Amino acid sequence: MTAMSPTPNVPHSSIPTPIANRRATARQGRLRRRRVMNGFMIGMTYLVAVLASLPLVFILWHLLKAGAGFVTPSFFTNMPKPVGETGGGMANAIVGTLVLVGIASLVGLPIGIGAGLYLADKRGAPLATAVRFLSDVLNGLPSIVMGIFAWQLLVRPIGHFSALSGGVALGVMMIPLVTRTTEEMIRLVPNSLREAALALGYQRWRTSLTIILRTALPGIVTGALVAVARVAGETAPLLFTAFGNQFWSTSLREPIAALPLQIFTYAISPYDDWHAQAWAGALVLITIVLVISLAARFATRSRFGPAVD
Amino acid sequence: MHSTPNGMIGVSVEPELRSRTMSTPATPQVHVTAHTTTTERTSNAAPCLVTDKLNAYFGAQHAVKEVDLTFFDRQVTAIIGPSGCGKSTFLRCLNRMHETVAGARVDGRVLFDGLSVYGGEMNAITVRRHIGMVFQRPTPFPTMSIRDNVAAGLRIADGGMPSRRKVDEIVEQALKKAALWDEAKDRLGASAVALSGGQQQRLCIARALAMSPRVILLDEPTASLDPLSTQKVEELVYELKSDMTVIIVTHNMQQAARVSDRTAFMLTGELVEVAATNAMFTTPKDQRTEAYITGRFG
Repeated sequence: MTAMSPTPNVPHSSIPTPIANRRATARQGRLRRRRVMNGFMIGMTYLVAVLASLPLVFILWHLLKAGAGFVTPSFFTNMPKPVGETGGGMANAIVGTLVLVGIASLVGLPIGIGAGLYLADKRGAPLATAVRFLSDVLNGLPSIVMGIFAWQLLVRPIGHFSALSGGVALGVMMIPLVTRTTEEMIRLVPNSLREAALALGYQRWRTSLTIILRTALPGIVTGALVAVARVAGETAPLLFTAFGNQFWSTSLREPIAALPLQIFTYAISPYDDWHAQAWAGALVLITIVLVISLAARFATRSRFGPAVD
Repeated sequence: MHSTPNGMIGVSVEPELRSRTMSTPATPQVHVTAHTTTTERTSNAAPCLVTDKLNAYFGAQHAVKEVDLTFFDRQVTAIIGPSGCGKSTFLRCLNRMHETVAGARVDGRVLFDGLSVYGGEMNAITVRRHIGMVFQRPTPFPTMSIRDNVAAGLRIADGGMPSRRKVDEIVEQALKKAALWDEAKDRLGASAVALSGGQQQRLCIARALAMSPRVILLDEPTASLDPLSTQKVEELVYELKSDMTVIIVTHNMQQAARVSDRTAFMLTGELVEVAATNAMFTTPKDQRTEAYITGRFG
């Protein structure tokens, strides 16, 4: 670095020509090296960015190739049919997944958002530190363990598998995800807004709900959607809670079908037409998550154009 | 525009408190004199807000020390002093905003129309509804329209939100008082953050005025504004004192000289001197005041 700096300000006339020429050549050499290095590093970032998104592209491409042909109107309206019969669908599993995700959201969102509000408000309190730590542990808990927990909590006392137990298992999985994103998003709201509301005579709870939560809402919704998308595809916690159902059922007290379970069952079967249905099911599952995301983003969009982040 | 003697522009937030304050012996002539001239005001002004041995702390740090200061009704009092002298902290004690900071503590008394702000007679919410505040940086609520920003405080008035028409009326009057109506009237439904910084600050003043406060606290309200916006806010301060008590914290001595009737000088948490602004800037009694206003430190 020091070698580069002294040269430029010296007037050319005062330097003998050969030396000046040599200096100019050296300068150009360094410049070329920097340009090459710069181009190389930029190229690397492009490459890594492409590598990061490549798996998703492959998955989507393969899903479309293998499953799109089987996503027909009857796939959404018909019940599963026995092997060999054509025209079977996954109506029960699609509805089942929606029911399960609905229950999970009812369990996970209020608790998660409430806990996130608490953590953001009482940042350094001993209880907050404990909750934050436990929340991170819960986040790292294998999903099958969550299934065992829900089984112990709901399936055993009730005596049979049920949609409710599956929804609760998924809901508990959502809690830590929602808690931490809510906390992060609320921390991004400037403290001056909180003070402005308090100075107007807002009570603390009202400041939290109508000013801070409302301002952080777009970010919290994004976090909630990530959580919904994650649990919508979970299979393990449902194995011994929701269990799956070959028949039509929307009762919360009965076992219920779910897309991931149905995909699992069909994928490990030895039948080609079931394999095709599994691909179609996977494609539908991804589409459902996408539609939920878009709908929720639309519903919570800012009244004034792009969301305020 | 002045629908009531003390120039309230909107609904009374807490009628029972107002009637109580009216009968308080400490302020006999406050509500009967609607318009007085400046000289009359100085001669027979009633104390509106009184601090008595007020101390404020942040944890172990003693930020405001034993301040006794009286603010008179419908006067502008400026609090000046170098950065970190505790003037903002002192201001925030008056409407109990100081205690919202973790580890902050207050002792001593603040009397608002004879009622103790920190006693059992008023809770923090009531105090803040009657003593409005505007901060150094504009703080419009980004999720609300211009109209809803101004009406934000009305939403929480006792007895619920006033009717839509009433709210529109209050919003219009508050914006007019804050000299923002002409610029905002055609886009009341637009986002408040689309306004310029100076407009946002006047919006925040309008938001405080919509509550018809008795006192308004301005914490360096022009520190983040350009000279033109500053001038507008200063003109506004001058207008406001016909309706309410104004307390303005500023590090700009010229501003204090321009807008205030009385000036208080604070240094390292202590009140050094308080006097009529003219006297303060021409014949300061304390050596330190003289040093500060002649620019020898600060």
